[in-house]
Amino acid sequence: MIETDIIIIGAGPTGLFAVFEAGLLKLKCHLIDALPQPGGQCSELYPKKPIYDIPGFPEILADDLTKNLLEQCKQFEPGFTLGERADLVEKQDDGSFVVTTNKGTKHKAPVVAIASGLGSFEPRKPLIENLSQYEDKGVEYMVKEPEMYRDKTVVIAGGGDSALDWSIFLADIASSVTLVHRRNEFRGHLDSVEKVQQLKNQGKINLITPAEITAIEGEGKLERIEITKKGEEPYMVETDHLIPLFGLSPKLGPIANWGLEIEKNAIKVNNALDYQTNVPGIFAIGDGNTYPGKLKLILCGFHEATLMCQAAYKIINPGKRYVLKYTTVAGVDGFDGSRKEAPKAVVKAIQ
Amino acid sequence: MESLDINITITDRDGVTHEVEAPTDMAMNLMEVIRSYELAPEGTIGVCGGMAMCASCQCYVLSNTELPEMQDDEEAMLSEAFYVKDNSRLGCQIQIVPEMEGLVVEIAPES
Repeated sequence: MIETDIIIIGAGPTGLFAVFEAGLLKLKCHLIDALPQPGGQCSELYPKKPIYDIPGFPEILADDLTKNLLEQCKQFEPGFTLGERADLVEKQDDGSFVVTTNKGTKHKAPVVAIASGLGSFEPRKPLIENLSQYEDKGVEYMVKEPEMYRDKTVVIAGGGDSALDWSIFLADIASSVTLVHRRNEFRGHLDSVEKVQQLKNQGKINLITPAEITAIEGEGKLERIEITKKGEEPYMVETDHLIPLFGLSPKLGPIANWGLEIEKNAIKVNNALDYQTNVPGIFAIGDGNTYPGKLKLILCGFHEATLMCQAAYKIINPGKRYVLKYTTVAGVDGFDGSRKEAPKAVVKAIQ
Repeated sequence: MESLDINITITDRDGVTHEVEAPTDMAMNLMEVIRSYELAPEGTIGVCGGMAMCASCQCYVLSNTELPEMQDDEEAMLSEAFYVKDNSRLGCQIQIVPEMEGLVVEIAPES
């Protein structure tokens, strides 16, 4: 069991900034995110795109914003449970919460802050009949253990970076790799596209375009798929595995069943006070919450995170006095023993 | 400055048709017009914010209205999207201009 002061669900910009604000109040945070890396949408959807409305930054790349936020909060030593989705919250007799992920990791804290944006990123599934029936029986939406494909026949579907990258990677592991895409053009880094071209020329990747997978078959597990090339008759191909890679899309997911008031696919919060949900001790901050006048902006998430932390302090330290301090005046004392502070003014007489 | 609104007909995902007025002077795109009238629930449209990266704003264009030519990123996204038809476009890539008066679209199913 991982124990902390605030469990933050979602390691996007809002969640990361909450770590900093909590740290100023000597509260420790642990973040849970379904993605394998922190940054949320900023790292998953548009890492190389500029953002122009972060106060004080006329222009900053989404990836750099994530890096800066991680740097800003690192002395508060946040814990991370990455690549796991928060599935269940259970209120304990002592008033605290236990959050369990889809992989069974348990986290305990008196306060939960949901900073999950539009939701956890889930693979987009192609529209093939009976597809779900073969999930984990030959159909996988992400490559978790490349070794399971050793000496197997693999078909990858998709036209983006992940389809290209995994085709390249598995070409050395699988007995055969077939890449099926709806168009002749691929959307990926130039070197990945060139590498696939090279492997195709060497006969290491079997490229089928423009084509789609139109059916799948097998007794108890995937055995063959039907490929339809544009303007041609469908044909069957034997395969051990099919890996559809059509990107990720955010889904609210299991949080919808946590007993929280949901409106417009977002969690209703009290914006007059502290962004608490209808369940005391559970807050929602950033793009994932809603209230009258809500704007889904990173800068609004920062503000909401700050107010949430003040409320969390009161829950965790009932009755304990505190007033807001300015970092310029008080400095920043990290949990790692580091201290940042403004240089002292020099007092010296001028003769 | 006099603002010029155009009339657009939008069929939502429940099959209900709406006649809406869209401003042409606010740099809005079709996805944003749909959101401003709340014709699709928040979180189900414009998920990526309008970067042609999610296809949640896919629409079928039902009128012969002249639209901006499809750019590479829109074409690439549609090639990976589902429920795509010949008349599919991403709403976020269609900037509203006066010439689009009378545009008729249907919002594609959520995927």
